[in-house]
Amino acid sequence: MNDTATAIRITPRDFSDLSVTSDTGPGAIEIRNLDFFYGKGHALKGVNMSVPAKCVTAIIGPSGCGKSTLLRTINRIYELYPEQFATGEIVLDNRNVLDRRYPLSDLRRLVGMVFQKPTPFPSSIRANVAFALSYYEKLSKSELNDRIEAALRQAALWDEVKDKLNQSALGLSGGQQQRLCIARTIAVRPEILLLDEATSALDPISTAKIEELIHELRAQFTIVTVTHNMQQAARISQRTAFFHLGELVEFGKTSDMFTNPHEQRTKDYITGRFG
Amino acid sequence: MAIPVRRRAADVVAFAFATFATVFGLLWLFWILWMTLREGAGALSGKLFTEMTPPPGASGGLLNAFYGSAVMIFLGLVIGTPIGVAAGTYLAEHGRHTRVAKAASFINDILLSAPSIVIGLFIYELVVRTTGHFSGYAGALSLAIILIPIVVRTTQESLLLIPDTMREAGFALGLPRWRVTRQILYKAAMSAILTGILLAVARIAGETAPLLFTALNNQFWSADLNAPLANLPVVIFQYAMSPYDEWHALAWAGAFVLTSFVLILNILVRLLARKGR
Repeated sequence: MNDTATAIRITPRDFSDLSVTSDTGPGAIEIRNLDFFYGKGHALKGVNMSVPAKCVTAIIGPSGCGKSTLLRTINRIYELYPEQFATGEIVLDNRNVLDRRYPLSDLRRLVGMVFQKPTPFPSSIRANVAFALSYYEKLSKSELNDRIEAALRQAALWDEVKDKLNQSALGLSGGQQQRLCIARTIAVRPEILLLDEATSALDPISTAKIEELIHELRAQFTIVTVTHNMQQAARISQRTAFFHLGELVEFGKTSDMFTNPHEQRTKDYITGRFG
Repeated sequence: MAIPVRRRAADVVAFAFATFATVFGLLWLFWILWMTLREGAGALSGKLFTEMTPPPGASGGLLNAFYGSAVMIFLGLVIGTPIGVAAGTYLAEHGRHTRVAKAASFINDILLSAPSIVIGLFIYELVVRTTGHFSGYAGALSLAIILIPIVVRTTQESLLLIPDTMREAGFALGLPRWRVTRQILYKAAMSAILTGILLAVARIAGETAPLLFTALNNQFWSADLNAPLANLPVVIFQYAMSPYDEWHALAWAGAFVLTSFVLILNILVRLLARKGR
């Protein structure tokens, strides 16, 4: 038992003490007076938050606190459901993306999202990455192949799939599928990556791989990740936001949040008194 | 731990009943196949597929009827499938949350169970009366109208079976709705949609009532779709009602071919569905 555990190193690394380069500029997210409604349900209440660029921000909080809702507001995926709406502002690159006039395909090219359960499309591995890529850019066949390879390499999946790019993506393992979802998202070169509990359906080894990957990707992307796993938030993020009942209770450096939280509710949550 | 006697008895009874019900259902199918085969044996030869429907007392085949049926089914399929798939896609995707789609979905359900003779009369009034004659086009159109609601319904249901997470993943990449539908959802629902289309073909292959009012029948070889066209169901109907033995045998042979065709289509559907999984 112990031998296998040490042979495949699954001890996750801690990245929380890395410095954050800038709080503004391309990739930073400025959230102002954001309210969100599911019909009559009030899911986010007056959220104000400045998410710094090129770092990992973890969003934690008990179920139903609005964590996922916040992510789903940033890329306006909630608009698929007519009874859901948001008020307030989310500013990316000096533009309010909640403004109806902001084109959805521009926004979603800028803001990629990876979901809790891997969602490979029922096509080949290559086509999974190519769909969005060939929608946004006119690429020659060789350029397209290069971009697909680059994206798969960046998602640490290339070596595992390079010989079977034309096989169905549904044949990959759960962890591979999730990295494929990351690959097809970063292939279109977004500035921001939203991860909605992206590792919660995966085994510990796959989770560790994706945590490493998140660390690699933070040099290029602003990453906002929702997680139920507080150890994970403490390991992978440099900033942590704690939500409770739709309110942003506390937002700050991850190291401070987990060692010296200012708010009583934060303290209670991270010490496991509720949630 | 031993299973209580009562539970074991209940299990045996349930199993016996299920087996009996299955055998009972299959019995009729094989009985029909056997009877059509036995009664039609006299006409089941190469001639069946090479000669035209004969006058009373002479021998012949059903070539013109097979041809007419095949053309009308094909044409009905070509007219009906794009409309059915497009409408089903609208109901499941673009219009999902709208009142128009809910109303259309309800009306489609009514059309789905409308008696086919009503559809035949409708096309009779609309096409046959206005053009002044029966025609293969009118027959194909009536078959298309029977096919459309079936394809609409199966397309809609196969798309609705795809979890929303798949749609969200497509939209989150910024793909517009038609691309998500075409490149992702159709692929995921492909075998289910094809299944629906094949089942609809099986259904229209045996329809008699609408063709009686539209394509009528033709004793002779004709490839003209703008004139009365021979077709299997109506030939079977007329020959079975006739007093001539040769015609009876041909009617049975036609029934055997038709039943086998529908059976084979259904087996294909099964294979497709299994592949889809």
